[in-house]
Amino acid sequence: MLTIATGNKAVAAAVKEVKPDVIAAYPITPQTEIVEQMAEYVTNRELESHYIPVESEHSAMAACIGASVTGARTFTATSSHGLLYMHEMVNWAAGARLPIVMANINRAIGPGWNVWCEHTDAFQERDTGWLQVYVGTVQEAYDATLMAFRIAEHNDVLLPVMVNLDGFTLSHIMQSLETVSVGDFVPPIHLPHAIDTANPAGYGTLTGPDEYFKFRWDIERSMRDSVKVIQETEAEFAERFGRSYSFTEEYLCEDADVVVVSMGTLGKESEVAADQLRREGIKAGSMRLRWLRPFPSLDLSGRDIVVIDRDYSFGFGGVIAQSLKAKHRVDPFSVIAGLGGQEVTYDDIASFVKERRTGEEFWFGVNGNV
Amino acid sequence: MTEIPKEEYILKCTSACAGCSSSLILRYVTKAAGEDTVLVIPACCTSVIQGIYPNTAMNVPIYNVAFAAAAACASGMTEAFSKAGKKTNVIVYAGDGGTVDIGIQALSGAFERGTNFLYICYDNEAYGNTGMQRSGSTPTGARTTTTPGGKGHMKKDLAGIVAAHNPPYLATACSAYPKDLFKKVKKALAINGPKFIHVLAPCPPGWRFPSEKTIEMGKLAVKSGMWLLYEREYGKVTINGPSKAAMIKPLPIEDYLSVQGRFKGISKESIAILKSQAEKTAKRIKLEEEGIC
Amino acid sequence: MYEIRIHSRGGQGGVTAARLLAIAAFRDGKHATACPFYGAERRGAPVVSFIRIDDKPIKVYSQIRTPDLVVVLDSSVMETVDVLQGLKEGGKVLINATHDVTLGDYQTYAVDLTGIALRLNLVVAGSPILNTPVLGAMAKMGIITVESAKSAISEMFSDERNVNAADAAFQELVI
Repeated sequence: MLTIATGNKAVAAAVKEVKPDVIAAYPITPQTEIVEQMAEYVTNRELESHYIPVESEHSAMAACIGASVTGARTFTATSSHGLLYMHEMVNWAAGARLPIVMANINRAIGPGWNVWCEHTDAFQERDTGWLQVYVGTVQEAYDATLMAFRIAEHNDVLLPVMVNLDGFTLSHIMQSLETVSVGDFVPPIHLPHAIDTANPAGYGTLTGPDEYFKFRWDIERSMRDSVKVIQETEAEFAERFGRSYSFTEEYLCEDADVVVVSMGTLGKESEVAADQLRREGIKAGSMRLRWLRPFPSLDLSGRDIVVIDRDYSFGFGGVIAQSLKAKHRVDPFSVIAGLGGQEVTYDDIASFVKERRTGEEFWFGVNGNV
Repeated sequence: MTEIPKEEYILKCTSACAGCSSSLILRYVTKAAGEDTVLVIPACCTSVIQGIYPNTAMNVPIYNVAFAAAAACASGMTEAFSKAGKKTNVIVYAGDGGTVDIGIQALSGAFERGTNFLYICYDNEAYGNTGMQRSGSTPTGARTTTTPGGKGHMKKDLAGIVAAHNPPYLATACSAYPKDLFKKVKKALAINGPKFIHVLAPCPPGWRFPSEKTIEMGKLAVKSGMWLLYEREYGKVTINGPSKAAMIKPLPIEDYLSVQGRFKGISKESIAILKSQAEKTAKRIKLEEEGIC
Repeated sequence: MYEIRIHSRGGQGGVTAARLLAIAAFRDGKHATACPFYGAERRGAPVVSFIRIDDKPIKVYSQIRTPDLVVVLDSSVMETVDVLQGLKEGGKVLINATHDVTLGDYQTYAVDLTGIALRLNLVVAGSPILNTPVLGAMAKMGIITVESAKSAISEMFSDERNVNAADAAFQELVI
């Protein structure tokens, strides 16, 4: 069905389509529309889920864990401080190998209180064992949420998946949306290690130094196996529903002399910048990174790279720029922009490209305007 | 006759909604507390009411802190001031969400440790800052954005929970009775140990009534018995005047419910529950006042 | 691409107006993006919302800097907000007013949205509903079709006075 919806409502609509058994969530700006919509679906009996209006985010994730380990399909959503408050349990969910799906609406961290877009919140969860995808349109928010359940619940993965949307910039804007009947594209959940009173087992018991590391390796092995699962899922999605996705969304990159790498809505704004630069005779392209974990293999050779990090790791650098340096041996012009919802326009992005300096870090608005 | 000081610590141009109870409450709280005061404020409406950097509408220091952390943060601040020999008032000023839900752990810990501070909860019975989702303090039958059909569960007895910690001073108040609130804050600040004031804060956008009816709503709450004004000093209960009068001749609770959009369509069962809860609370507090328990 | 900025106060439905307009444009077969700009949105405070309409998919997410049309639902915001800021040369203004208004050098259209709402008793919590009649005005200006305007309104609101208000504004606005 073709309609128009906000990013938040698109996520809610996708969740409704996959019929989770239990939803446990706590409101926080700018995620609130998701929890409100889920509450409405459940109250109207459009969705037969059990909805738990928990008292905090730590409890939201704890409740999802409790539900998920019985073999139930679960969902929650949060943002920023809420994500950080549940951090301990976010770790727990991955370690417990539970296919929980969570929407995170990317928002900056206080103090000072800031409700606008920044990626640092979810980036702080990058070491936990969760898969993370970042979307750039309302349609993609819907599609990625559907796929998240299938990927998480796949027997070769069995890890939780976080779907990230830019706060306000995507969560609150309305764009066109085609909803689908997901059918058996997302098959019924079957958790191999679900609690079974006929076959009792201890979960998460005390594990000594001679055994623990094996479980950590197990998570990493599944994280590596998830690459293939993601590819297969996205390929089948394209076949069934007509929309293609992969680890990156590339625009005019084939013959580009310079590529702008970014995530979220800046990845779309960068396409407009690329068009503008091309009109000025500069062969620019845009590469929007979709998956943060597992971190993709990329071919960045032979052109200049400008990275826009909407995040920062203090005392180290922009997370994406540093990741590309480490993993792909490039020396990008590392731009730090968009923190706390700082406005970044296609004109700004074009100027980052025109004024690029290999290997330097540039804080937009601090080190001048370029 | 209570003398209310003229000095305003809440300056004009707050970001409060028209008819906001919180900014009214805060004016009287700060007048009672005076200049040597720090307000510790977790995420709540008042986080926004203060205004946006680089301006602030508050003329006392405000320490803004994460949602779950207010009472714990205040504990630390109190201990530090105490060690330095300072008498600065440390007052937590929090909404119901940050008190009775996500903030309850810190609250309980601070009270159990006998922390010398004042905790004021202004209760608009929902998560106001984020757009009126239900909280543990939302009453039965109330519509919020996460209880579109009316809340099924009961309002948590916050005063009861705090009373279980045996604080030297616990009181209820209401934004419609500012002088009563002023006196209670002054009394509390003169006592050593953990003090708690639970203030009903009628909220025009949340409860869905016109902005100019805030005071009227607060009075209706008290006069219908839906909100009881009382104090508990070292365990001894005193019911305050307006509630004493309401006990003798309460207004029907329908008068209170019918003027709020959040109770539109409330079921008879929910009304009966609200009535029964209000009556039970009034009866219990009255018995405690009489010394019969 | 056609860019519109709507000025109003929190609680008047300015944000919903942007959403309704996006739905109507969508029903017209266009691409549309509607976005509120959130400061602390609270009753009575000035708020701004944005809509972009285009025949192609819209990839711009940054705020509208040079609108083609400025809509003022509550003229009192002009006391503190420069509603004309960035308005393109040749751009237009649509203002909720009881009489004709001239704003700068811009072609300004006035329609009494408040009057229409009050006449139909389209009032919620003391505020007249302006977001549905303004859609009728914008249909008269040719931004959306009147059929899509009504369809968008009916999708969101069951009270048919909303559609009537849009009709009234369509009739009353003189181009």
